Parts: sequence; C-alpha cells; structure tokens
Amino acid sequence: MNSKCVDILVIGAGPAGLAAAIAAKEDGIDNLLVLEREHNPGGILRQCIHNGFGLHRFKEELTGPEYAQRDIDRAREMGIEIQTDTTVLSVDGKTHTVTCVSSAHGVEIITAKAIILAMGCRERPRGALGTPGTRCAGIYSAGTAQKFVNLEGYMPGKRVVILGSGDIGLIMARRMTLQGAKVLACVELMPFSSGLNRNIVQCLNDYDIPLYLSHTVIDIKGRERLTGVTVAKVDANRQPIPGSEIEFDCDTLLLSVGLIPENELSEGAGVKLSPLTSGAEVDDVLQTNLPGIFACGNVLHVHDLVDHVSNESFRAGHAAAAYVRGQLSGGDTLDVRDGDGVRGTVPQRIRKGVSEEVDLMFRPSGVFRNATCIVTCGGREIARKKAPIFTPGEMAVVKLKPEIVAGLDDTVTVTIERS
Amino acid sequence: MYTDILIIGAGVTGCAVARVLSRYEAGITVIDRGADVAEGASKANSGIVHAGFDAHPGTLKAKLNVEGAKMYPALCEELGVPYSQPGALVLGFSEEDRQTLKTLVRQGEENGVPGVRLIERDEVLAMEPNTNPEVVCALYAPTSGLTSPYEMTFALADHAAVNGAKFRLNEEVEGVTKGQDGLWHVTTDKDEHTCKILVNCAGVGAATIHNMMSSDLLHIIDRRGQYYLLDRMQTLPFRMTMFQCPTKMGKGVLVSPTVHGNLLLGPSAEDIEDELDTSTTAEGLKFVLDKCRLTWPKATTRGTITNFSGIRAHEEKGDFVIGAVGGQENAYETVGIESPGLSAAPAIGEMVGELIAREQGLVKKGQIVPPIARKKPFHAMTTEERAEAVAENPLYGNLVCRCEVVTEAEIREAIRRPVGATTIDGVKRRTRAGMGRCQGGFCSPRVAEIISEELHIPMTEVTKCGGTSRLLVGTIHDAMKEGC
Amino acid sequence: MEITCINCPVGCRLSVTLENGQVTSVTGNTCKRGEIYARQECVDPQRMVTAVIPVAGSAMPLSVKTRTPIPKKLIDECMKALSAVEIAAPVKAGSVVLANVCGTGVDIIATKSVGA
Repeated sequence: MNSKCVDILVIGAGPAGLAAAIAAKEDGIDNLLVLEREHNPGGILRQCIHNGFGLHRFKEELTGPEYAQRDIDRAREMGIEIQTDTTVLSVDGKTHTVTCVSSAHGVEIITAKAIILAMGCRERPRGALGTPGTRCAGIYSAGTAQKFVNLEGYMPGKRVVILGSGDIGLIMARRMTLQGAKVLACVELMPFSSGLNRNIVQCLNDYDIPLYLSHTVIDIKGRERLTGVTVAKVDANRQPIPGSEIEFDCDTLLLSVGLIPENELSEGAGVKLSPLTSGAEVDDVLQTNLPGIFACGNVLHVHDLVDHVSNESFRAGHAAAAYVRGQLSGGDTLDVRDGDGVRGTVPQRIRKGVSEEVDLMFRPSGVFRNATCIVTCGGREIARKKAPIFTPGEMAVVKLKPEIVAGLDDTVTVTIERS
Repeated sequence: MYTDILIIGAGVTGCAVARVLSRYEAGITVIDRGADVAEGASKANSGIVHAGFDAHPGTLKAKLNVEGAKMYPALCEELGVPYSQPGALVLGFSEEDRQTLKTLVRQGEENGVPGVRLIERDEVLAMEPNTNPEVVCALYAPTSGLTSPYEMTFALADHAAVNGAKFRLNEEVEGVTKGQDGLWHVTTDKDEHTCKILVNCAGVGAATIHNMMSSDLLHIIDRRGQYYLLDRMQTLPFRMTMFQCPTKMGKGVLVSPTVHGNLLLGPSAEDIEDELDTSTTAEGLKFVLDKCRLTWPKATTRGTITNFSGIRAHEEKGDFVIGAVGGQENAYETVGIESPGLSAAPAIGEMVGELIAREQGLVKKGQIVPPIARKKPFHAMTTEERAEAVAENPLYGNLVCRCEVVTEAEIREAIRRPVGATTIDGVKRRTRAGMGRCQGGFCSPRVAEIISEELHIPMTEVTKCGGTSRLLVGTIHDAMKEGC
Repeated sequence: MEITCINCPVGCRLSVTLENGQVTSVTGNTCKRGEIYARQECVDPQRMVTAVIPVAGSAMPLSVKTRTPIPKKLIDECMKALSAVEIAAPVKAGSVVLANVCGTGVDIIATKSVGA
C-alpha cells in the first residue's frame, strides 16, 4: 500500500476543488494534490453544455465545458497535480488521513495538513418522493439524462414529462426538445418554481412547454418501459385533489426535485453537518468543526451559480493555505442564526475579531416581494439589502464589510422583512 | 429441444430443486419468463428466515419451514450468501393478543422451534427500546434469521449451473401436454420442448401450469405486499425483526432490518387480479406506514430508498402443495409457495429433488462440483484486503457505485457468473450497485456501458429488467435526423 | 409589456413600453444589459443555441454553441442545419463547426475538444 504526505489535499476536481486548489497554489502551497473520481476533471460542468456560466467571474457568457476548461488550464499552467480515476473511500478527521483507490495506484493512504472537501452534490432520487406506481425503465434524474445526452450521445426517451422545476430539469426540457424529443409538461409541487426565472423563460416558454405549478405525479405506469404518468393538482397541504388528474402518455419521466450535498465522507470523518443545508457547519473561512478541514461549493450548500461556487472555493483555498502556514487566526466564534424568512445561512459562525469581508448566503424560506433582508448583531442592525423579490429558487447573498465584521460582538441574525 | 428434466420457474424454489437434481445424472433445463432468475416473489419479499412458529402443526408449511430454517446457516455459508440471526419479536398489545401469542408459542413448541417463549413488556422494552411502550407482551423467537432472497436464488442457480443445469430465461410457457411418446411437450413463446420429467415451480403462475396437466384444479390468489425500503443508517431503530400479531391475511406488517443493514417496512396484503401487477399504490403504502406506527410510533419514511411490491402465491386451501401431480406420471410440483416459502425453500428443494431421484431411479454423479467461492464484496473488505484485491485485479480500483462502494471488477464478475446478470437490475441485485441513496443516478450509465461491453450488445439494447425496458431509445444522431 | 430579463440569473422583471413597434421606455432593470435585452427582445428576440452533435471516430459527442445569439425564430432551422453536419475527430474547442449558420453571419463553434 502506498502512502504519502501532502500539505493540502483537495477532494474533487469540479469547479469548487479546482478553484480551491488554484487559490492555495497562488498562496505558495506547492505540495498540493487534487483527487478526482471521474476520468476527467471539471465535475458536473462537463455535462452542462448550455451557456450562462461565468458572467460574474469572467464577465462573459460561457458554456459549462468552457468554464471548466479555464480552471483546468489554469491549474495545469500552475503545475497543480490532479489525480483522476481515483475515489476517496474514507477520511479520518482526527489524523487527516485519506484512503483512496484507483486502478493505477491501488489503495493509497494520504496524510494532509489540510483537507478541502469539494465533492459536490447529488440529485434526489424517485425513492425519496415516495411516488407510487411501477418501477419501470424510463425514469431518470435530470442529471442522469443530461449525462446520457451530452456526454454519451444517447437519447433516454422521446416523450418526456419533467417532475420538479429545478434548474437541471428546466435545462433538460430545452435540451431534449432541441435534440428531437417532445417535452409534454413540467410539473412542480410548490406554487412557485425552484429554478431560476430566466430558465423558465428560455427553456419552457420559448418552446411552449407548459409549467404546472401546485401539481405532482401521483402514479407511474408501465410494466417494462414507462407508458404514462398521472398528474394531479395539490391543495395547500400538498395533497392531491381528487378529480384533478391529468394523464400523460410518455416514455420518460425526468426528476428535478432537489439536490443534496454529498457528505458521506464528511460524516465519516466526524464533520458536523447542518440539517438545513445538509452540508458542513463552517466559519467565515469555510473551516468545519474539525480544524484543518474545509468545505466549499455544492458539498457545503447547493448553489445556483458556479461563479459563486468558485468565489467561495477561492476563499477556502486561501484559508487552507493560511492554516498550513499556521497563519489562520482561530479562537472564539459568534453564531450566525436564521431569522424569519431565512433558511440555512452559511457560514454558521464568524470568527471574533477578524476584519475580512464575509458573504452571508442563504435561501429565503418562501417568496417575498419587495422585501428587505436585515442583518442584526445583538439586536443592532449591521446590514440590509432590498430586493424586488426573494425566492427559494435563488440563493440570496448579503455582504458584511470588513469594518462591520471587525465590530461584531454578539450573535448575528439574518431576517427577511416584508416592506 | 429435449431435456430429461424441465423445471418451470427460476425462483428460489425452482432453483433449489434444480440444485438438488443437479447432483444426479440427468439433463436439467430451467425455464422462466423473467429476464433473470428470482424475478417473481423471490426478489420482493421480507427476506426473513422464519423461525417456524406461525404455521399450524402438521402442515407442510410448518414442517418445511422448520427444516429449511435449520439448513440456512450452513447453506448460506456454503454458497456465500449473507445470513444473520438477530431473532424476532411478535408484539401483543392486548389480552386478546396474549392468547394469540400463547397459541403461537405452543405451535412453535409443537413444530420444534427452539427457544420460543412469551416475554413481558419490560423485557420487550429492554430488548428493543424503540418499541411502542403500549406493548403488553411478546413472543420471542431467538432463531429468526435474515437473508437476501435474490442472492440465495442466484447462488442456488449458479450451483445448479456449474453442475450442468441449463437456464433459459425470457421464455414463457404457453402450453403443456403429454405426447403419444410418453414425454411432456412444453410449448413456449420461443420454442418447443420435450422432457421426461416436468417440475412445476412457477410461483404465481404455478396453478395455471398445474391446471394444464390436471383436472383436479388448483386456484392461486395473487396477494400483493407493498414495502418501503429505507437507507442504511448509523443506528437502526430495531435489531430484531418486529412482527405484529398475525391475521388471516398473513403475518401482518413488520419492521425489520435487512441482512444488508437497511430497514424494511411492510408488507401490505391485498388480493389482486393481475399476477404481474407489482405496482405500488398510495393507499397500500399509507397502510404500511400507519400499521408500522403500532410497532414503532416514530416510524418515518425519511431516508426511503424505494418502495416496491411483491406478489405472494396464496393457494386457496392455505398450505403448500408439494409432490407428484395427482393422476399424472413424471410430473411434480410446488404450488402455493408463499410465506414461509423462502425459509422453506432449501427443504422443499431436498424434498422434491430427492422424491424425483427416488421415484425416477436417478443415479448420483460421481463428482459434484462445489459452489464457486464467492469473493468478499469490496465494501466489506479491510483496507489491506482492498489493497490486495486491486493489486491482483486493477478493476477493483475503479469504483462504479459510490453509495454502496461497488467496483468495476465486481460488476463484470456479476455478469460473468454461471447464471450471470444481463440487466441493470440483475447487476444491482448481485452487486448492490445502484441500490444506495442515489438509486443509480450516478452509476447506471457506467453499469449500462459495462453490460454493453460484456454482452457485446449496443447501449441501446441494454435493459433495466428485460423485455422492452430499454434505458435508451436511440442515439442523438438518430433523434436529430428523425426530428427533422 | 412585462418580460423577464434572461441575461443573468437575477432575472429582473422588466416593464417595456412600446409605441408603433418602437421601444420607448424600459424600467425594472438593474443593469444596462437589461435595457439592451428589452429593446432587442421586444423587436427581434435572440437566443444562444447550444447542442451536441455526433463525431465520427469518437464515442463522445461534441458540444457546440452559436458564437453569439441568433434570432429566436431560426432555432429550429439552426438545429436542422446542425443535424446535417458531419465532423470527425479531432476537434479543438473554439474551432468553427458550421460557418454562418442559416445566413445569420454567426458561426457555430465547438465548446470542447474531442479526440487527440
């Protein structure tokens, strides 16, 4: 069995892992290794061939593969080692040892001064919904269908119903249509879409695909391959309303019903997770409860924008570099709490006495029009942000300026107030 | 096509019979309409090796359950099938239940089940603290076990196959007649078969086959049971299998760990018309959850991996129908094999196999090929064992299913087994790839590729479970051309 | 009329006033691009098109995009034109796959490299 030591080990070479590695390398950490389970770096961006990435970071509109390639090229130029086809089996949070396996190198045990968790997220599957019916072929999570079409060149079906209005589902509605399939409907349980508005416009409206809000799939039919689904309207308690059923003849059901940070390794390491984000609880530099273990990107909390993932991950990379050099100030922290209208604010803690900018990121718990997000510290208002709309489909960000952060002395609470 | 012995049905019973008969000099063919073995009730049941107190003394169910359950530990060891024996409780919530449980204890004693006894509330709660505190008493059966029903079937089939039995899957029997030549003529949707000896182990279809041969008609009621399967968790709420007092529809709803450490809730019991209708329904699933709350007040479906249903073949008269087909020569059958069919299967195999061997004067083979040794699954290996495995076969280094930690080496091996997987579901049941929390979202494209490579079929021919259950309808190239 | 800006994920709700087919005012935008989008969208809506096409000699399809947006009404025609493209590996990211698609003056380019 091989074993080696590195300064920083990054788990995952998607946009989060690449950005974290680049930041750490910029700070002079040379003994750096990125592990990736797929054959190519780039993560899920490789299959997101649509445009809309990079507007914030690169000031231009890129497709997923193009965005990923920029970070891959940058990492290569900098001489960052990315070991692909390698799966991490376990992380020991106390000793900072990581066990991984690959056919090229066998089982390896890698000890790192700092570890950056950047494993991304996975899609909620059908089982989690409890939808009754048959267990036939033709039911895919939207991302699986996206992989089949965009990376492997196969069509998973011809007549498609999409359950859930998450962004991947909306994007796949357009993709399947453009590649020659008929998308019959997009069905959303909630009275609002969980995807971005722009995607409703350019993926559904542009192609006359109806969006059924407050509806869900109540039956799945087909013994071998899917032959149809029954959709029904739901009441305020999300229960199907008898008599409202609509039958669709379709051979494919795509599910876009939520993403879950993939934290099995983190849990095994002893990282404390937040039940709200399903990601690690972190401080303002993305350090988990375990010293020297950082988390960033969709494994920390599910983002809407890769630009935000990259920014967050740069921060984690810089912080990990500082940790390795013994320059990361620790000590007491102040809690960040969710107030009314707010769910799953990250970070959950801010270190006391630091004067660095902090982005508070969260999901609104409902739809609020013309509302204001107010941040308080011990009852004193320290920041506010007005917006025409806050919705669960869009992550909200409120910046705390360095001088504000320096003056924090009590619990920070984030609230949305209706105007 | 001629074969000495034709077995209809490749469920756990048919495979157990085939395995016993494969010890003898005879050509054996097993036919099943499914794309895999264990495609009927054998893949969708509770996976419990029942202790044997449920069935009335004197019935075949009682005798074969107890005999079969005794065979399980050694048989699982021999075949490399997972087995554990956590015990079981049957909960009583009233004095009326206490009387029922007393009857069950007495039955257990008469049936020869070791260690069955009635215990009081405090002992129940000490053993299983998450039990509904309103419990009054319980039957405790220390020998109740767990296994993986489909893995048992695969292992029986493989062992029969290495000893010469042929398996013909995706083939449905349409007619059975006795020819002038004294042979059985069996017509399927694919072929015509003749055989000297016919064995009917057709599960929910067994009465149909029986009635083709006999005027003494049997009637099977298709009884559907729906289940929830929950993800493996840090700590399971129960260590043992938790039953409720039985009713005339069956053993009632249970809450039980599976042998793999998942949690199983179910089954419902509904008599249905269509023997192939394994769909689940909102009412059935709600019934299961509501009933589970009696055992486990905090019952939750959080962490549900899937819901599924299986169909039990309930013969009207209630007992197993096993032996020679009345009024016919050279015909044998196992009909009405519902619970405790899985527990009884090894004993049924011995009983029917040896009966046939004796009556037909079969000659024992000089040498019986032992079962192929099953390698330890990668997920269960220590770090050192994993390192050795990859050093020996680098494909152990390619992890395909991250949720259940299944490697490419194991997936290829599952396809290459004597009765190998040919479908996504077949790979899933043999390796657990796709059985975890992402439900194959990440690994199914790769599993499909491996199947396509191993079986030399295009990706568009790979199916989930045979027939028309193709994963893909074509290439983007075809779709774009068609779209224009 | 009310439209949603699709320039970036903020998705601003824009109010556009039209007189005789000419945009006279745009409100609700939070950046300059929103106004440009509204003026274009109400007169001649345009979209980026992205797709995948098969590549001879590669198991992996090639992802492509229009270099700049094309008129929305030409999306179907653009896909038809793409379905007729025959391309072989290797393909370099950024190379032109189909020049001047549907006479728009816009090229379709590869967004990744395929093959050696």
